[in-house]
Amino acid sequence: MRLNGAQILWECLVREGVEVVFGITGGAVLPIYDEMPKYPVHHVTMRHEQAAAHAADGYARATGKVGVCMATSGPGATNLVTGIATAQMDSSPIVAITGQVATSALGTDGFQEVDTTGITLPITKHNYLITNVKDLARSVREAFYIARTGKPGAVLIDIVKDAQQAECEFEYPEQVYLPGYRPHVRGNPRQIKQAAELINAAQRPVIIAGRGVLIAHAEAELRALAEKANIPVVTTLLGKSALPETHPLCLGMGGMHGEAYANWAMQEADLIFGIGTRFDDRLTSTASTFAPKAKVIHADIEPAEISKRIRVDVPIVGDARNVLQALLPLVREAEHTEWLECIAKWREDTLAHDILWQETDELVPQYVIRSIWEATCGEAIMVSDVGQNQMWEAQYYLHNRPGGLISSGGLGTMGFALPAAIGAAMGRPDCRVWVVAGDGGFQMTLQELATVVQEKLPLKIAILNNGFLGMVRQWQELFYNKNYSGSPLLGPDFVKLAEAYGIPGLRVTRKEDVVGAVQQAEAMEGPVLIDFQIEQEHNVYPIVPVGQPIHQMLRRPIKVRAQSAACERQGGEA
Amino acid sequence: MISEAQSGVFSRRTLVVLMEDKPGVLSHVTNLFRRRNYNIESLTVGHSETPGISRMTVVVHANDAVLEQVIKQLYKLINVTKVTDITDDAAVIRELALIKVHATGADRAEIKQLVDIFRAQIIDVAHESLTVEVTGTEDKIDSMIEMLRPFGIKELTRTGRVAMVRGAARTNGDR
Ligand SMILES: Cc1ncc(C[n+]2csc(CCOP(=O)(O)OP(=O)(O)O)c2C)c(N)n1
Ligand SMILES: [Mg+2]
Repeated sequence: MRLNGAQILWECLVREGVEVVFGITGGAVLPIYDEMPKYPVHHVTMRHEQAAAHAADGYARATGKVGVCMATSGPGATNLVTGIATAQMDSSPIVAITGQVATSALGTDGFQEVDTTGITLPITKHNYLITNVKDLARSVREAFYIARTGKPGAVLIDIVKDAQQAECEFEYPEQVYLPGYRPHVRGNPRQIKQAAELINAAQRPVIIAGRGVLIAHAEAELRALAEKANIPVVTTLLGKSALPETHPLCLGMGGMHGEAYANWAMQEADLIFGIGTRFDDRLTSTASTFAPKAKVIHADIEPAEISKRIRVDVPIVGDARNVLQALLPLVREAEHTEWLECIAKWREDTLAHDILWQETDELVPQYVIRSIWEATCGEAIMVSDVGQNQMWEAQYYLHNRPGGLISSGGLGTMGFALPAAIGAAMGRPDCRVWVVAGDGGFQMTLQELATVVQEKLPLKIAILNNGFLGMVRQWQELFYNKNYSGSPLLGPDFVKLAEAYGIPGLRVTRKEDVVGAVQQAEAMEGPVLIDFQIEQEHNVYPIVPVGQPIHQMLRRPIKVRAQSAACERQGGEA
Repeated sequence: MISEAQSGVFSRRTLVVLMEDKPGVLSHVTNLFRRRNYNIESLTVGHSETPGISRMTVVVHANDAVLEQVIKQLYKLINVTKVTDITDDAAVIRELALIKVHATGADRAEIKQLVDIFRAQIIDVAHESLTVEVTGTEDKIDSMIEMLRPFGIKELTRTGRVAMVRGAARTNGDR
């Protein structure tokens, strides 16, 4: 079959199972867009290429399939960059396709020419510049394979315009041949045996589960192991829901804004078993002060992650599911009664200082999140933005549904939530999808409200509106003498804004109206935006100051003594 | 359990890297060294005995922990097929230098003598200069350069290290 490059691209995408492409057209992709209507792929026209990449990323995270975004050369490609880097940092499989100027113009600084492969080289798992149509089919095949296997990531294919137009014989390569790329899926049995021995000997073990557990669909295996040996589980931000967060062994998120008991457990542990995590600095703080009493087992699919930040006693390279399956029969049943009791005490202590136990009439964001959690039975896909809102979501929405949280962890990209939620909702029409964003981040990509309406997506959008770039303001309050330089933020009337796009808007200014508004939003069929005008100078606690060990956190100053029984005890935070 | 790549003594380590000969591979490799802040002293690349596979010799200033990361990060590149640390192997290590040296009158004979001692060659002759080609270990090339410096070096280029393990063993195959 003789086809041109554009047709070959679509043939390959269809064969890869691509159903949706997020993109914006332009001069250098005209041949590709010209062929598009002939193929059974739905194109979502976005309002900005950054949002197209985030949408592909959100789609990938929600479905486990490869997300695809498309943009023209030059500014189209540079606009994709933030989204590509975001996906790559969080091991989200996306393939970005960009048009490039014609071969004759390559390297001449022609109109809308940028060195796309050069720019994206350090932020992709791999990339391709296609100048010959004969290389296209094989490269697309490889790109999808590389994106979704091993440690998943972002792959970019830059196609010069004349290669989109040139014809060649099309044959879809059934096999990929990549001699330099062979992900290690199965852990080494000797190391797995050593790991089991360490686990069996431990008195105070802690599992740290990262996103790798979710990517490998190893939730059941993790739960079986944790329950068999009664090992408490801390997660990273992106590892949330690896174990249901209402499970008694789940200590929730650890690290900079982890609950005190989770951080204390890691610091007091005699064994840390990290699985599918890169021991990021937001989790460990200064590596030399992390878990000082613990031996460390580290299992990850990417060898380069092991011993990168934390020295490891037993390394295991493998897929989380395979590793956990192999470990389970070797790990003995255990009670760890003393250890779990100790953690339970810490937990009670911190619970007593939970802001939701304190009597306040203020509209605090924690209460908003908890209300959404209750209204959605903990089963929604929550897509959070970056900043305080992200941390409040993480602390107060207990994710029981595997993969129920989508957030930009590694890059911390403001503006991620709305477009990523568009992708998630496209991929999972069967799920309720909520957006939680700050007034700042929301204003970075709010143009995508038009896409929400265009695609008729029933997104529930909660803006935690504090009139500040709140997380920055918090750091300025705590560490820069309340010098609020550059952090106060003017916003539009979000309700009117939503209405201008044809989306119903609600405004909530009082605590007693929160539950009603959330329920109303849940009951409505289409999209809704709620502007929660929360306390302006409210902080995320606990917080571990940069450079401090993770057990030395600043805790919420207790203002109001609550009357409930649990609050009679002394202590300090949440 | 303590952290990070701080342990161990830094020294020069030699890696042989085999990679698919595809467009852009070299920029992936050099970008990796730049981005991760690894300190490379020299890097040479050319064809290997296998068609389609290039062979690179890299000299990197590293301790054990950094070297481990360098190797793992190289393997992370899709087109890299094999990385071998030959620092502690018995290996033949060679570098080539071309040196254009100012040479008039009696100096010419003296330079000729030096070149013979170093088993180097004069490969180009001009009125006021001679061009010397010298092959050997870095030390040998360093001393050749030092000996020629007093005459006046007009131009100098060095290839950087290439290396091969002695004996029948091969530094190739799949990882
Ligand atoms: C694209 C981008 N720019 C800047 C930052 C730095 N930053 C981190 S949090 C934050 C404030 C976020 O403000 P807002 O979206 O209102 O959320 P809040 O913290 O108030 O909940 C900023 C500016 C970032 N993470 N991403
Ligand atoms: Mg804000």
